[in-house]
Order: sequence, then C-alpha cells, then structure tokens
Amino acid sequence: MEEKKLLEVKDLKVSFFTPAGEVKAVDGVSYELGYGEVMGIVGESGSGKSVEAYSIIGLLQNPGRVIGGSITFEGEDILSYSEKQMQDFRGNKVSMIFQNPMTCLNPVYTIGNQLMEALMCHRSMPKAEAKKQAMEMLELVGINNVEKRMVQYPHELSGGMRQRVMIAMGLICHPQLLIADEPTTALDVTIQAQILELMKNLQKKTQMSIIFITHNLGVVAEICDKVSVMYGGKIVEQGLVNDIFYSPAHPYTRGLLRSMPRVDAEEYERLIPIEGTPIDLLNAPAGCSFAPRCEHCMKVCLNQKPAYTDLGNKHISACWLHAKDAKKEA
Amino acid sequence: MANDKNSVRPGSMQVDVEPMLKMNEPYAPSASDFELASKEEKASVVKINKSTTFWQDAWRRLKKNRVAMVALGVIIVLILFAFIGPKFIPYTYSQQIRGAENLFPMKYSEIELASKAAGEKVFPHFFGTDSLGRDLLVRVMYGTRVSMAIGVVASMIVLIIGALYGSIAGYLGGMADNIMMRIVDIIYSVPDVLVVLLLQVVLNEPLKELFSTSKLPIMKQLSILGPGLISIFITFGLLYWVGMARIIRGQVLTLKQQEYVTAARALGASGSRIIKKHLLPNCIGQLIVTTCLQIPSAIFLESFLSFLGVGVSAPLASLGSLASEGLGGIYTYTFRLIIPAIVLSVMILSLNLFGDGLRDALDPRLKK
Amino acid sequence: MEKDLLKIENLKKYFKINGSMINKEYVHAVESVSFSIKKGETLGLVGESGCGKTTLGRTILRLHEPTSGKIIYDGTSIYDSENKKQPDMLPYRRKMQIIFQDPSASLDPRMTVGDIVGESIDIHKLAASKKDREDMIRELLAKVGLNTEHANRYPHEFSGGQQQRVGIARALAVQPEFIVCDEPISALDVSIQSQIVNMLEDMQHEMGLTYLFIAHDLSVVRHISNRIGVMYLGNLVELGDSYELNKNPLHPYTKTLLSAVPIPDPQKSKERQRIVLEGDIPSPVHPPSGCRFHTRCPYATERCKQEIPKLRELEPGHFSACHIL
Repeated sequence: MEEKKLLEVKDLKVSFFTPAGEVKAVDGVSYELGYGEVMGIVGESGSGKSVEAYSIIGLLQNPGRVIGGSITFEGEDILSYSEKQMQDFRGNKVSMIFQNPMTCLNPVYTIGNQLMEALMCHRSMPKAEAKKQAMEMLELVGINNVEKRMVQYPHELSGGMRQRVMIAMGLICHPQLLIADEPTTALDVTIQAQILELMKNLQKKTQMSIIFITHNLGVVAEICDKVSVMYGGKIVEQGLVNDIFYSPAHPYTRGLLRSMPRVDAEEYERLIPIEGTPIDLLNAPAGCSFAPRCEHCMKVCLNQKPAYTDLGNKHISACWLHAKDAKKEA
Repeated sequence: MANDKNSVRPGSMQVDVEPMLKMNEPYAPSASDFELASKEEKASVVKINKSTTFWQDAWRRLKKNRVAMVALGVIIVLILFAFIGPKFIPYTYSQQIRGAENLFPMKYSEIELASKAAGEKVFPHFFGTDSLGRDLLVRVMYGTRVSMAIGVVASMIVLIIGALYGSIAGYLGGMADNIMMRIVDIIYSVPDVLVVLLLQVVLNEPLKELFSTSKLPIMKQLSILGPGLISIFITFGLLYWVGMARIIRGQVLTLKQQEYVTAARALGASGSRIIKKHLLPNCIGQLIVTTCLQIPSAIFLESFLSFLGVGVSAPLASLGSLASEGLGGIYTYTFRLIIPAIVLSVMILSLNLFGDGLRDALDPRLKK
Repeated sequence: MEKDLLKIENLKKYFKINGSMINKEYVHAVESVSFSIKKGETLGLVGESGCGKTTLGRTILRLHEPTSGKIIYDGTSIYDSENKKQPDMLPYRRKMQIIFQDPSASLDPRMTVGDIVGESIDIHKLAASKKDREDMIRELLAKVGLNTEHANRYPHEFSGGQQQRVGIARALAVQPEFIVCDEPISALDVSIQSQIVNMLEDMQHEMGLTYLFIAHDLSVVRHISNRIGVMYLGNLVELGDSYELNKNPLHPYTKTLLSAVPIPDPQKSKERQRIVLEGDIPSPVHPPSGCRFHTRCPYATERCKQEIPKLRELEPGHFSACHIL
C-alpha cells in the first residue's frame, strides 16, 4: 500500500555563490517525511543541514540558491511557489524555530502582540479570538502566568522561556511540519531537558511532523524516529533511529558515536576521535567527501563518489565499504 | 530481531529509500580500487585555500564599489594636478607677468601677442590671470597642493592625538575614562573659529620672530605657510581630535572585552603592549576611515578660514584664498571664483565618497 | 597526587552593575568557594550558564580581581584579601595559563599564528635570538599537531579545531604548570572535540600539567576529570571523585543535571527516568536566600529558605552542601 507522504525532497542541490567560488552547501539530498514523523538531521557545522532546511521554508539568503532537485509538500511543488504563496505556506503549513530565540522575536513588540499577529495575519482572525488562542498556546508550551507574559517584551524573559515562546509562535497556526534548527543548542542542559520533554509531548498531542536539526546525537536518540546523517552537503547514512545507533554502517556515523564521551560509561576509556579537519566545501574532493578523514579510506574513495547501498529496513548508507569486493574490516 | 527493535511507533515508519537508491551512478570499480589508500593519497585530495589577508579582502570589496573607485581616480588626478602639474608650466605662483593683468582664460596680453607674432612660443593662460598678472592655473595647482597638504597634516595630527587618547581612556575604563571623556566633552563645546582667530592674534608676533631668527631649515619652510596656517594646525591639535578619540574609545571598549585581550593579560602583557599590539591594530579600519573623512573637513575649514582672510599668507595660495580673491571681481571675472570653487568641491566630494567606500570595505560587520 | 598545587579559600567575586552611587547592585558571580587541586590532577567544574564557573576560573588567575578570599598557589599566597598589597602576577603568568572557549574570539585576528604563539615568548623574553624564537614557535606548533609552515597564516584561515590548537600552543609556550581550561571544546564540532580532549590528556601526562577543567557538559567533564565540583548560582554544591559523583550523586541539583544529559542511545534514553526541573535559574543579582537551589528543589523545606547549607564531607572525599542529607 502506498502511504501518503507529507514532504518529499528529491536530489536537492543548493549552492552559495561566493566571491571565492561556488560552495555546494547541499549536494543532492533526498528524503521523505511521513505524517507525524520526527526526523533528525545530524551533522557538523558546514554539513549543509541548516541550509537544506532553510530551502524548504524558502528562507535561503543571498548568495544561496536552489540549483536543482525538487521539494514536494503534500503533492505540491513548493519551489515553484510565488512569494505570496510561500508566505502563506510558511505560516500555515510549515514553520520553523531557531537556535537563538532572541534574534527571531521582535524586541519592540510584546509576546502577545507577536503571537496574535501571526493569527490575525494568516488566519484573518478577530482580535479577541486571536488573543484567546494565543493564551491557550502559551499555556500549552508550559508557560504559567499567561496574562502577565502576554504583555511582556522578549528581553524580560529567560532563555528557556523565550524558547518556549518561540515554539508557541511556531505552533500557533497548527502547522503540519515544524522545522527545528538546533532549538536546544543555546540552552543549558536542564532547560534543554525541559524543552525536549515539551516538544515530545506536543508532537504526541498534535501529531505534526518535525525535522529536528542538531549536532547532538544524544538529543537525536531521545526525540527522533529516523535519522539522516549529513556530511559535506550529502546524506551519508539514513535509517531508523535504532539502526543508526545500534548498527551504524557509514564510517562517519560510527566515528561520531565512538568519539563521544558518554555519561553512562562504566569506566574511563580513551576516546577515539575522527582524525583530520572538517571538509572545506570550497575545495570539495572529487570522491567521497569523508575520504580524507576516513580510517578505511580506499583508493576508489578518493576519486569516485560512493553510491547508496540498501542495507534493508529502510537503512541506506553511501560508502564503498558496502561494495561486495571491498575487504571487510581491513 | 531488527523488527522488534524498531517497533517503537508503528504506523509512522514510512522511510522510502527508493529515490535515493535511484540516484546511484553506475560505476564498476576494479579490485585494485579497494586497496587501502595511503596517508599521502588521502592528504593529496585535501586542497588548502589560498590565503587572503585582511587587506586583500578589503581591496577586493573596494574594487567592487564603483563610486569609490571613480572617487579614487579623481583624487589621483587631483594629486597629479597639484604636485606634478606645476612642473609643466613656465610660470610660478608668485610671478607677476607684466602687462598680463586681468586676462580671461586662453587670452594673451599685448606683449605676449607681440612675442608670439615674432615666432616665440608663449604658454597660454588656460585659466587666465589675476589682477596682479599671476597665472591662475598654476595658482590653482598650488592652492590644491596646499589644501591637500593641510588636510593630510591636520588629519595626521588628529589621528595621533585622538587614537592615543581614545585608546588609553577606553582601555583604562572606570574613573580615568570618566574624567578623560568629560575633558573631551568640554573641548567639544569650544567654538573652533574663535580659537583659530584668537591663536592667530596671539601667535602672530612670536611666530614671525621665530621664523626670522631661527636658523633651522624647517622653520623656513613653515614661514612660507605663515602664522595663519600654523594656528590652524594648532587648533586641529587642540580641538579636532575629540571626535576621533570618541570613536576609538568606543571601539576599544568593545574590543577589550574580547577574549584575545584577556588571553594577552593572562600571558602577562602590560597595558601599553595590549594597546599597541592588540587594540590599535584591531581598530585600524576605523582609524583609516575616520582619518580619511577628516581630510575633507580639514580642507574645508582651511578654505573657509582662508576665505575670511585668516588662512595662508600671500603670496601662497590655497583654494579658499583664491576664491576669496576671486570674489573681488565677481561680476566681470566670474571664473576666478568658480574655478577654485569647483576644484574644492570636486576634491571634497571625492574624498568623502572614497572615505565612505573605504568604510564599507573595511567594516568588519560586512565581512563575508 | 601528592600536595596541593592550588588552594582557594572563601573566594568571592561580585561585579558591580548599575553605577549609581547610592543604590549599588552586585552580580553575585562567585560566593565563598573553597577547594584545592593537587599536583597533576584534573578538577572538573560543571554548572549551567550563569553559575559562575567561568568567573571563578578567571578570578583564580586574577584576570578578575577577587572581591575577597584567598588564593594560594604552590604554597605562596597570590591573593589574600586580608593583605593590603597583593603580589605582582607577572612571574605567576608563566606558571598559570588559560585556554578559552571560543577559539576564533580568543585569537587576535590581526596577528599571525606564529606571533600569537610567540607573544608570551616576547613578553617573558624567553628566546635568546630571533632564530631561537622561530624554533620555539615551530616546536610548539608541531606539538599541538599543526603544520609548522602555517606560522605565517592568520587565524581565520583555520578551522575551529585548528584554532583551538593554536590557543593551546599559546598557553603551552610559557611551559606552565597549571591550566584553566574554560570550556575548551564546547564551541567545536563533535568530531573534533575528542581530538582536543585526547590532546589535553596527552599534554597532561607528558608535561605533568594540572587542569581546572570548566564545562557545562557533564559527560566530557567526567571523562577528563579526577574530581568534579558542581556549581549552582556561584556556590559549590557538590564535590567528589568523578565516577563516584556520577554513580552516587548526593545533591538534588547534581541528580537533575545528570539525568538531563542526553544519552546517545535511543533505548536507554527512552527507559530512563528523567528529573525535569521547574522554572529557570534565578538572577545572580538577587539570589534567593538560604540555599540557592531551594526555589527549584523538589525537596526544599522551610530551613532551606533561611539557612545557607555548608559543604560537608558526607562520604570520604565526597562533599555536598544540602540540609536534607
């Protein structure tokens, strides 16, 4: 049975045209997202994970441009949307929350104002109704003293509180897709725990889909159903969360998992780092982008881009090690 | 087993890998392809970017700014005009050509016409002559030279005093900063023209005496400029650095919060070393831009004062004094006012435009 | 692990805000913290932002002048609020160094990497000649795993991990004994963090360094530290052996902190019970009375609101400041 997809991204390519040359920030990314699914996109800075999300919501900044591929949301090609349609799409169907809430909340408007604005603008709702809904939403994201908060300005709130307001703003028009770009990175661990709990609960309640962009594998393990691991503008491995964590196939994923100190480790073990420095996208290598840092790097990896191998159970990985001629565990 | 692990939330698992598998490009690797790559081979695919310094970066941005580049071109032309131009003209700025008084542009005096008729070559007066028979072109060239020199020297004075004062105030902070900045506020409120006039009156006699008695060659040079100019320089040194000091202080206040300053302190660097090695080099963009924008305002002030008759001493000319002289015969000899005024305006405009472009190019906020 | 290299007693640091003469307000960044670090040991300091851990690290180096208390380094006092005159820090700058969180902010963008590393060589006149200086810089760069050819490049041409290596080389240039590592890896990419952690460990073994390792990430701190101190709103609330503290946390705040760290293991993270704290960290300008944690503590009693708990040794080598224990 063909199940319905919420979002389909096919061979998306985004480049930044800088004075120093073309930077292929996203180089052929494809995935699909079902209704009510939470997908994590993991990667380091410069892996293209945020750029990819920004292009879904049409917020790519100059000099970035989508140069290939397609993005389909509920069967509609959103890359062909006009600016007007895009605005409508952004408010109603999909919304985004950011790493730094302070940069996204307008400092000269009260919280209530900003929340109501979205409703009055996108849903053309009368003011009283908008206010009621805004207050309900604030309560939903765990803010108490709602009456008081509505008339406060963003700078009067603490970091965790602001992130809650951000989430409330993201959810106010009941989008089907929420893109969360490192929403907990700037927060302290105890506040991060609060926000993660909140997002998990909200997801259960509203059954929306979430794309969760982060570099923190611990957060991914907690909240996501499936995971895409990005490196150098490409998805190197994709699969269900358990497959990624318990049977990682790509050397990069394996390296990442191995290099992290774990709070649940029983005794001291020396960390095993991934050697080398992150890829410089201006001078991307011809072959696999991870090759220069890979401990299993073979001759073929240097010149030929690896193809995706289906490892079963929706688990794919792009690595030459999966080729049948490759020496296993050299 | 695998299914068991994945049965966390059934019904929501809709990963479709088909499109990604379809993207595969056909490539049939040979067996030798699967040998482990050596370290050297791995390193060989990593390319390192060409190193670009701050200045290369700034120059690249500046080159893109067309207005600034045109302004730069005009400035260069003006510099050539002022400093090399007089070499091609047989007259000097103080030479009074007999019989050639009050000539219109490209006209010759009767004596000159006579010698021309005799087959001699006579250099034309492109801009005409003034009432004393001095060639206006060469006077405008000298005037431009004097105005530029004044602008640069005055800005240098401002730069040195302002940057030092501002960076010290900013670095010390607290009470010292407070007192130093109040002094700045007081100086800011002193009317500058008044100070120039007062200084000139007070300094006129002692300076003249100094010039006539001193044997130092530099004094001779200075005496050509005259006491009026000296007092303008002193005024700049006394009053005009405050703007620069404020800007630099503000910059230093933010810079000293930077971790690299803390790091230098942790290494045991002294205050003067931190100012010299870390704070001022990091203000360099601001310093250059502010100095650059100071030049036109200095030129303007000098011209304004010369116009009032308290600038350079005759026979030396500046654009302001030329305009002032031109005012006398404005109905008949309009060009005598218009020519220096146009040169002055073009110079100030292009310096301002270039300064603006420089600010955009050097401003770190616009970086990348 | 023999004698104390660094000892601080009741160290306090308040920052004045609101300059008005009558109504002065202070940020209570560090409040009466005491501990000691043995030679060759790594003491980890964890806490959330605003808990004063960074301020504490810098106050120990007297990059902030302490408000009161004592700092004793290797048996000699380098700060004592009872004395009128404090000793000159210059000789101690060669012994105590610091590594910063944000490698791009801590390197002067207008200096070449070589000059950055060589700055302390110039300040303390460690090199006999120009060539000597060059050699020392090369050696340092090689030691931290950088290409020695890169000495003439500028910091922005390097990646974050490489920049942090430059920062470490700068700290090592004076051959220090004690280094404050102020969140040295939290600004780095995950795959780079472990490189730096390993390098710090190697340097410690090789040169017999003593670390004060400040971080907000408990998993990293536990990995690298022998003992861990947990800070909350300027106070040290728990101090103990790192694995002991993880296995058997005593203070309610430590327990929360531990349970909040995400584990990169889907099964474990779904199974475990998480303590989620209500509310936010109170402002350090007006810290709560009594135990600083009582506003968020699930076990708070009337006593906690009135009386500041003292750090007590509850188990051998394991200290905690809580009334209910």
